[in-house]
Amino acid sequence: MVDVPYDAIPGIPPPGIPPAEVGEVELYHPKSWWTSYVFSQDAKVIAIQYSVTAMSIGMVALVLSWLMRLQLGFPGTFSFIDPGQYLQFITMHGMIMVIYLLTALFLGGFGNYLIPLMVGARDMVFPYVNMLSYWVYLLAVLVLVSTFFVPGGPTGAGWTLYPPQAILSGSPGQEAGIILMLVSLILFIIGFTMGGLNYVVTVLQARTRGMTLMRMPLTVWGIFTATVMALLAFPALFVASVMMLLDRILGTSFFMPALVEMGEQLKYNGGSPLLFQHLFWFFGHPEVYIVALPAFGIISDLISTHARKNIFGYRMMVWAIVGIGALSFVVWAHHMYVSGMNPKFGFFFATTTLIIAVPTAIKVYNWVLTLWRGDIHLTIPMLFALAFIITFVNGGLTGLFLGNVVVDVPLSDTMFVVAHFHMVMGVAPIMAVFGGIYHWYPKVSGRMLNEALGRFHFWVTFLGAYAIFFPMHYLGLLGMPRRYHDIGETAFVPASAHDLNAFMSVAALIVGFAQLVFVFNLIWSLFKGKEAGGNPWGGASLEWQTPQTPPGHGNWGKELPVVYRWAYDYSVPGAARDFVPQNEPPARSPAQGLHP
Amino acid sequence: MSVIILFMAGIAAIAGWWLSQQRLTAKPWLEEGVIADVRGDSAPAKIGLGVFLAVVGSLFALFISAYSMRMNMADWRALPVPRLLWFNTGVLVLSSIALQWAHVAARRDDMDGVIVGLGAGAAFAVTFLVGQLLAWRQLNAAGYFLASNPANSFFYLITAAHGLHLMGGLVALGRTTAKVWRGAEMTRVRLSVELCAIYWHFLLLIWLVLFGLLTGWAGDFIDICRQLLN
Repeated sequence: MVDVPYDAIPGIPPPGIPPAEVGEVELYHPKSWWTSYVFSQDAKVIAIQYSVTAMSIGMVALVLSWLMRLQLGFPGTFSFIDPGQYLQFITMHGMIMVIYLLTALFLGGFGNYLIPLMVGARDMVFPYVNMLSYWVYLLAVLVLVSTFFVPGGPTGAGWTLYPPQAILSGSPGQEAGIILMLVSLILFIIGFTMGGLNYVVTVLQARTRGMTLMRMPLTVWGIFTATVMALLAFPALFVASVMMLLDRILGTSFFMPALVEMGEQLKYNGGSPLLFQHLFWFFGHPEVYIVALPAFGIISDLISTHARKNIFGYRMMVWAIVGIGALSFVVWAHHMYVSGMNPKFGFFFATTTLIIAVPTAIKVYNWVLTLWRGDIHLTIPMLFALAFIITFVNGGLTGLFLGNVVVDVPLSDTMFVVAHFHMVMGVAPIMAVFGGIYHWYPKVSGRMLNEALGRFHFWVTFLGAYAIFFPMHYLGLLGMPRRYHDIGETAFVPASAHDLNAFMSVAALIVGFAQLVFVFNLIWSLFKGKEAGGNPWGGASLEWQTPQTPPGHGNWGKELPVVYRWAYDYSVPGAARDFVPQNEPPARSPAQGLHP
Repeated sequence: MSVIILFMAGIAAIAGWWLSQQRLTAKPWLEEGVIADVRGDSAPAKIGLGVFLAVVGSLFALFISAYSMRMNMADWRALPVPRLLWFNTGVLVLSSIALQWAHVAARRDDMDGVIVGLGAGAAFAVTFLVGQLLAWRQLNAAGYFLASNPANSFFYLITAAHGLHLMGGLVALGRTTAKVWRGAEMTRVRLSVELCAIYWHFLLLIWLVLFGLLTGWAGDFIDICRQLLN
């Protein structure tokens, strides 16, 4: 298509460019304290509500991991952790971390805050639905929490909730825990869909003048693509949850085969547990990238800003995000190599799994090449971004191991898998979350996070995470099984492995403690932090150019910004500063055309 | 899983076509100045509905995938489809036609036509829902209970899911009717009516596919899908 300069025809905006000012009637104005801060329709408030809720429930999952590590590191010492509870801790830890923390925080938290600001919109396009999304999410979290207090406790079926064991009486939480878990997931999906529609349509229709898709920061691309994926993948979990709920409550046999339990023939007949696994992983694998793509985007922006250099290979980064999003829908059965599915499928899914490593590797190369000869500022966000790259590469490489059927089969039920996925979709995305929070906290609060506490938090978390998960690969190779409450005396696990387990548990306690320091820092800096000003990092993207910090209601004052360039104009030769904001008009000189 | 794969391939084709219009080969590091965007001028609500329909489509494609995988197992006993479903299908077609009528009337600024169309559409939709409930009762009376066979379970589950979506649509239709009642501007009414009509046509399409599946006509198609991927 032909590029048209905006001011080519005075007074008449060219086609495709929305009017300069969105009428204020379109923006919802709160009328009371309640509608400003509680039932708010402002995406920024909703973002904070999402983030606080997600981090709060994340702290519960953190404590659960402590309890698990105490049991693994010092078996027999803590008599209050019985085998059933251990399984419940595993299940709730996994479920909370993957869905209620990471998905909600990246999309509901970062998405809500950053999308309107980064694309130059006043708010999300459907603010009321957006508000509803948060409250349904909160309800889902409350239902999840309630499982801790019902008779029998939460489900202990593992975060994958595989039938038939998930609803048999041998599994903890079979009474009410599993029912509430499924209800909570169904609520989460309904709430997410409401938010997701907002994120997608805001990116599509509410971008300001000049903000073409190819000028959007990669954070927006990551969140946008992840949201599209989530909207299409979550229905699989929805269908699986509804069908399992019917199996559990009304005695249907969607997933439940004929079974004899305690000498008694159950009412179930002929169901297919494999069908559940297909549905679950059709959601479950895209879920990995639903968490990873926003992290990719955030890391790209962090690296570019803190290395004062434009992102290397922007186009390729966008294509890689889209490519990964598409490919992630055809790799799901690599989680099912040991499930008894048709073995020929294994070859197909191993191939697609290896193919998806290509665009992912391109992104890693591009981050490294962005750093190459950059003016690297080792700020806390940059430290977290560097830690992300290292950790993601680490977890990605073990993923290549596990993507191959012959390697996966012997390792599948060992700690190696636990180490792999914690590296690639536990530690790595959390590094992106922390990096993002340290980076954007000054915009959200107007104050900087405390530097010393931040550095302490980074080093303890980064080194501690490696102290926990690096030895875990070794334990997995030894054959140490996962999901076991107590390994006991076995010939193949040497005594030194138990010492290693104790070491990892101590590390886990310390890393957990560092997160409390982080939470303290978040609260303390809100009141006592150094004043940040509007743009403390010298960021070029739009969110740093708001007239007020924190941005006011409607984000942009009277007029929406006009975008003249991409989001990565750092260290431009001849420019007055080492960054050129996206909304700074080009210098008018005869020598400089629109497209040099 | 073949049906959902085909559905995703369709979505991927649409997304690919859309992306191909978005200048993804642009070199933003070389471009300065305000560039005209290739954004459509559709209302956000219309785009939002389109995305939502993709989600609903994905949901039903997954139900159908599960259905086609489960029906191959030995315990599957297909249930006789009540003849009432033919009547219900006809009523749903009429409901869709009525909303199309309202949509056309709204474009012609014919407020009376809009009211007639919306009213008739809602009445037919409610009739459809009542008809579905009666079909359930007939099956129940004939001994086809929810849990007695997976074919029955799927029948109740899928028809319930479709019915719930239609009930959600009725809420939107109710709000649109209230808007018309309060004498809102025609431009605002027009969009709401159009969105309702699109949603109705989509649910009709879904129902026709589901009806084909439940009556067994779609069996050959499912077999072909299975052959393709196995």
